[in-house]
Amino acid sequence: MTAVLIGLIVLPLAWATLAFLLGPGRGAVPAIVALAVQLGLAATLAHGVSVDGALVHPVGGWGAPLGIELAADGLSAAMLLLNQAIALPLAIYARAYFAADDPAGRHFWPLAGFLVAGLNALFLAADLFNLYVTLELVGLAAVGLVAAGGGTQQVAAALRYLFATLLGSGAYLLAVALVYGAYGTVSIATLLPLVTAEAPRLILIAGALAGIGLALKTALFPFHFWLPPAHGSAPAPVSALLSALVVKASFYLILRLWLGPFAPLAAAADWLPATLGAAAIFWGSWQAIRAVKLKRLIAYSTVAQLGYLFLIFPLLAQTGALQAGVMQVFAHGLAKAGMFAAAGVIIKATGQDTVAGLAGVVERLPVTLFAFGLAGMTLMGLPPSSGFLAKWLLIEAALAQGAWIIAIVALAGGLLAAIYIFRVLRQAFLLAPEGGDVAPVPRTLEWTAFALSATSVLLGLRGVELMRLVGSGG
Amino acid sequence: MIPTSGTIFAVTGAMVFALGVAGVVLIDHLLRRILAFNLMGSGIFLILVGLAQRHDVPDPVPQAMVLTGIVVAVAATALALALVRKLHVLSGRLTLPEDGE
Amino acid sequence: MKRLAVATAALAFTLALISAMLELPAPAIDLRGPVAAQLAASGVDHPVTAVLLNYRGYDTLLEIAVLLLGVLVILAVGVERPAAAAEQPDPLLEMLVRLALPLMIVVAVYLLWAGAFRPGGAFQAGAVLAAAAVLRHLAGLQAGWAAPGPRLRLGLVAGFVVFLAVAVALLAQGALLQYPPAQAGILILAIESALTLSLALILAGLFLFLSP
Repeated sequence: MTAVLIGLIVLPLAWATLAFLLGPGRGAVPAIVALAVQLGLAATLAHGVSVDGALVHPVGGWGAPLGIELAADGLSAAMLLLNQAIALPLAIYARAYFAADDPAGRHFWPLAGFLVAGLNALFLAADLFNLYVTLELVGLAAVGLVAAGGGTQQVAAALRYLFATLLGSGAYLLAVALVYGAYGTVSIATLLPLVTAEAPRLILIAGALAGIGLALKTALFPFHFWLPPAHGSAPAPVSALLSALVVKASFYLILRLWLGPFAPLAAAADWLPATLGAAAIFWGSWQAIRAVKLKRLIAYSTVAQLGYLFLIFPLLAQTGALQAGVMQVFAHGLAKAGMFAAAGVIIKATGQDTVAGLAGVVERLPVTLFAFGLAGMTLMGLPPSSGFLAKWLLIEAALAQGAWIIAIVALAGGLLAAIYIFRVLRQAFLLAPEGGDVAPVPRTLEWTAFALSATSVLLGLRGVELMRLVGSGG
Repeated sequence: MIPTSGTIFAVTGAMVFALGVAGVVLIDHLLRRILAFNLMGSGIFLILVGLAQRHDVPDPVPQAMVLTGIVVAVAATALALALVRKLHVLSGRLTLPEDGE
Repeated sequence: MKRLAVATAALAFTLALISAMLELPAPAIDLRGPVAAQLAASGVDHPVTAVLLNYRGYDTLLEIAVLLLGVLVILAVGVERPAAAAEQPDPLLEMLVRLALPLMIVVAVYLLWAGAFRPGGAFQAGAVLAAAAVLRHLAGLQAGWAAPGPRLRLGLVAGFVVFLAVAVALLAQGALLQYPPAQAGILILAIESALTLSLALILAGLFLFLSP
C-alpha cells in the first residue's frame, strides 16, 4: 500500500518531466496512460483505507516531528479519487482539443502533470510546511496554464490570479511560521494534542491568517474577484481543471485545519464561513444570470457553487455535514468539468463565445448540449444526481441542528442555478439563424464532456459508498 | 525586559510583512507590486527565523524552511516578471487593465 | 479612502501580531535535540544541510519541482525578445568577467563540497554558477537563450530526475528517501552535484530566457 501512496505522487512528476523532455506539444499519450494507472492506484487506496483505516508513511524513515509524514484517511482518499477521475477524461479531451500549432497546447502537458502531482501531494501531506510547498506547486502550475500562449486578456487574468494566489500562500506561510514559533513543530499529528482552547493569542492570529489565505485561494466571497476572469478566459480544458479541482484543494485544506489542529478554536467563528458562503451563492448566481459570455457564466456559477461548501461549517458536529460537503465537491467537480468541456466544444464549433451566439446549437451538437443539460441537472440539485444527494444531506444536517436558514439558502441557490442554466438551454433550443456555420469537432470532445456530466448524475445513485469512505478511516 | 535578537527579528518581520501586504493590495504599478510581494516574503522569513531563536541558540529547522521559502519566492517572482513582460509587450501597459465584465 | 482602510487594517494587524509574539511562552517541542542526536546517521555534519536534504528532503524535492515549474511557465508564456543590436563586448567588462569567472567556478565547487559541514550546498553553488552566466551575458559575451533544445532540457531536469530516482530507489529500503546511514553521505553528495548543475541552468534560465 506504501507503493500506491508514493506512486500517486511520483508518477505524475515523472510524466510531467517526460513531457517536458519530449518537447513542446508532446507528452499526451504518456500522460493519459499514467493517469489511467493513477486512477487504479487511487481506487486501490480508497479500498485499502475503507478496510484498514488511515495510512501513515514517514518519509525518510524519520517520524514526525523530525521528518515529514504522508497520511491517507477517508477524506484524502476520496479527494485523490476525484482528482484522478476528473483529470483522466480531461486529458483525453485536451489531447483532441488543442490543434497542433496552438500556442496554449504546446506546454499543456508538463504544466498539467505538475498540477496533478501537486494536487496528489497536497491531499497526502500531513505536515503544514509541506502543505505550503504543495500549495505553491499547484498555484504556480495553475497560473501557468491560464497564461500559456495567451493574449492580453489571458495574461492580465493570469496576473490577477497570480497576485491573489501569492497573497493567499503568503498568509498561510505566516500562519505556519507562527505555529512553529509557538509549538516547535509543524506536523499535524503532533500538533493535535498540543493546541487547546487556551492556546496563546498568536495561534488565534495564525488560524485567522490561514483561513483568510486559503479563502483567497478558494475564491470565497469577497475574495472571488480573480476567478471569473481567470476561469473565463483560459482554454476550456484549463478552465475545467481549475474550477473542478484547484479551488477544491484549498477548500480541502481549510476543512483539514478546521477539523484538525485548529478545532478547539474554530467553533466560535463557524457562522462566518456560512455567511460568506450564502453571500457567494447569491452574488455568484446573480452575476451568472447577467453574464454575457458563456464561460464567464460558468465561472460565476463556480463562485456560487463554492458557497455551498462553506455552509457546512456550523453543522460539522454531525458526520452528515462532512459527507454533504464531500458529496458537493464531487458533484460540482464532475459537473463543472463536464460543463466547461461542453462549452469548449460549442465555442470551438460555432466560433462564438457569447450566450446569445448559442442559438440553434442543439441541432448541430446534440450530444454536447445533452452533456451541458446533465451537468446543469447536478448543479440545480435535481434527483437522482449527486448534486441532489449533496443538497439533501446538507438540508438534513441543517434541520437536525435547527439551522433552517441554511436549508432555505440551499434551496434558493438551487432555484437561482435553474435560472442561469435554463437561460443557456433556452438560447440553444432557439431556431438556428441563417448562415450559422458550425465547424466539425472531434467526437472525442463531445463524448468526454458527456462522460463527465453523466458521471456527476449517476454518482447520486451510488453515493452511499462515497459517504461510507468519508465516514471511515478517521 | 531586554528583547533578544530573535524577538527583534520577529517584530521587524511583522512590520515588514504588513508593509508588503499593503503594497501588494494598494499599488497599481506591477513591478512595484512584485517588489512588495518580495517584501512580504522577507517579512515572513524574518518571523520564521526570529521566533525560533527568541530564547538562545538558533534552531536549524526553520532556517531550512526559509531556504525553501526563498527558492519558492524566486520561482514565483521570475514567473510574475515574465507575465508582466508579456503584458507590456502585448499591450504597452504596466498596470492591470480593468476587468471587462 | 481605500488606502486609509488598508493602512489602518495593516497597522492594527501589526500591533496585534507584535503583542501576541511578545507574550509567547516557550515552545512545547524543541527539535534541536533530535536534529543533533541523529546527525551522525544523517550523512552530513551540518544541521541545516541535514534538515534540508535528509530529514525534510521531501520538501526539497518538491521545491526543485517548483523551480522547474517556474522555467516551464516562462517558456509557456513565450516572451518575444527584442532583436538584439549586435554590440561589441565592452573590453573592460570582458576582462573583468574573464578574471572573475574561474574564481566563481572554484567558489561554486567549494560551496558544494562545504555544504556537508558548513553553510553551503547545492543551492548556493548553483546560484553562484548562475550568477557567473548572467555576468557573462551582461558583459556581452553570452547571448540570451532561445527555446531550449533537447540537451538544455535534459540539463534542466537532470537534478530533479536524479533526486526523484534515488528517492524512489530507496523505497526498497523501507520508506521514501530513507538513506541507509552508511551510504547517506555519498548519496547526498551525488544528489547535490546533479542538483548544482540543474539549479545553475534553471536559475540562469530564469534570466537568460527573457533576455535578448
